[in-house]
Amino acid sequence: MALSNASSWLHALLYISPYTFSALGIALSIGVSVLGASWGIYITGSSLIGAAIKAPRITSKNLISVIFCEAVAIYGVIVAIILQTKLESVKSSQQHFPESMRAGYALFASGIIVGFANLVCGLCVGIIGSSCALSDAQNSTLFVKILVIEIFGSALGLFGVIVGIIMSAQASWPSSRI
Amino acid sequence: MYGFEAMTFNVHGGFLEAIVRGYRAGLLTAADYNNLCQCETIEDIKMHLSATDYGPYLANEPSPLRTATLVERCTQKLVEDYSFMLTQSAEPLTTFLEYITYGHMIDNVVLIVTGTLHERDVHELLEKCHPLGMFDSIASLAVAQNMRDLYRLVLVDTPLAPYFSECITTEDLDDMNIEIMRNTLYKAYLEDFYKFCKSLGGATAELMSELLAFEADWRAVNITVNSMGTELTRDDRRKLYSNFGLLFPYAHEELAVCEDFDTVRGVVEKYPPYQAIFAKLSFGESQMLDKAFFEEEVKRLILTFEQQFHFAVFFAYIRLREQEIRNLMWIAECVAQNQKGRILDGVVMIF
Repeated sequence: MALSNASSWLHALLYISPYTFSALGIALSIGVSVLGASWGIYITGSSLIGAAIKAPRITSKNLISVIFCEAVAIYGVIVAIILQTKLESVKSSQQHFPESMRAGYALFASGIIVGFANLVCGLCVGIIGSSCALSDAQNSTLFVKILVIEIFGSALGLFGVIVGIIMSAQASWPSSRI
Repeated sequence: MYGFEAMTFNVHGGFLEAIVRGYRAGLLTAADYNNLCQCETIEDIKMHLSATDYGPYLANEPSPLRTATLVERCTQKLVEDYSFMLTQSAEPLTTFLEYITYGHMIDNVVLIVTGTLHERDVHELLEKCHPLGMFDSIASLAVAQNMRDLYRLVLVDTPLAPYFSECITTEDLDDMNIEIMRNTLYKAYLEDFYKFCKSLGGATAELMSELLAFEADWRAVNITVNSMGTELTRDDRRKLYSNFGLLFPYAHEELAVCEDFDTVRGVVEKYPPYQAIFAKLSFGESQMLDKAFFEEEVKRLILTFEQQFHFAVFFAYIRLREQEIRNLMWIAECVAQNQKGRILDGVVMIF
């Protein structure tokens, strides 16, 4: 049995503390979300600045695209806060109980889901936002039409957030009374 | 990777791409051309242009305005746009933008060399050069007596140097081999530009290779039409065609032996994208060929603006602006010479 061999990978993985996984989940949920948001903002922003030189009227309207990208980072912050409230202390003897392990993995998975869903959502909104700025500068009737696409894009991140929150509800640590 | 340049293109190119699209919005529209066609004098043209992007460039020109001055001022606008983009750009866009001017450099070199051959004054020739194709040592081109001198004394320091490898001979310069030099240089330039665009990958490679292939085919047809009835041998003619494009290689073999316009037409019409161009011309008519090609080119250039995150828009913008300046020159000439009926013959509408 691989488990009995103390130098095997499986052994190592199983004995990583569930707190490591929880902390990684929280870090990923906010870190990767912010990466996605900032990526989107620079894609939108660089096009917006250039397009605004010839058509200054687009700046305040297209701030909406930047705000959509920003929302992605806010999702990450919200989920990270929810996840960290799930963290509870358990006695060191209970640290590797199946329930503790499940809670650790649940927080980890939830962080990954939210982080990466928000990364691609931020990219998607950023690219559409940049097209939105460029087309608005050429023809202002296009703005609302592209904004609708952008709203659908930003809904993608919300899916990740919903699943992430449901997932994190699975995290329950063993009660410390035993 | 195709389609994924959207993620990183804007790091260096986003700002400039948006700027060039802003410039594009300043190109004259069909309504502007309609107004310009109604003009009675060049002063009227100037008045109409004062509401466009050319306004600030024409504002301080004293009346009476000559066509040459009008064109010069409009070219000034193009050059200033170009140098703004060049200074703002980061690699590889800088190299890409520089490539665009090499065509003008070749034209300028040929202009100076031909002019000197016919004993024209160098300063007069320098004024006629396109400002986009100027380089430092251009005035000293006049001293060269043959290709080898031309290369050794002047062109070795310019970006054109690598293109000369094909055409260094010790023959004295005359009209015929200057023209061959122009086409050999242009062939080497197009092939180099094509290779460079291919190496950029993504949408840039896709769009630019189509545009350059069109240009190469256009030149192949032009070389064929212009060399009919001259002493250029078939093999030499074949050597001037660029080694890419839709017509490469099979149609090149056929074009090399063409002796009249209708055979050229027969060869090129086999390629569906070019059918539309020849459909506009009646049989035996070659004068309108250039206009038909210009119209097709403009159509293709405008289509590049439909995609985002690529360099072809810079190329397209500069080409469209040049076309617009040619249009303005034609309109101004027609107005100046009281030939208003012919205005529409030479104008290629852009939008």
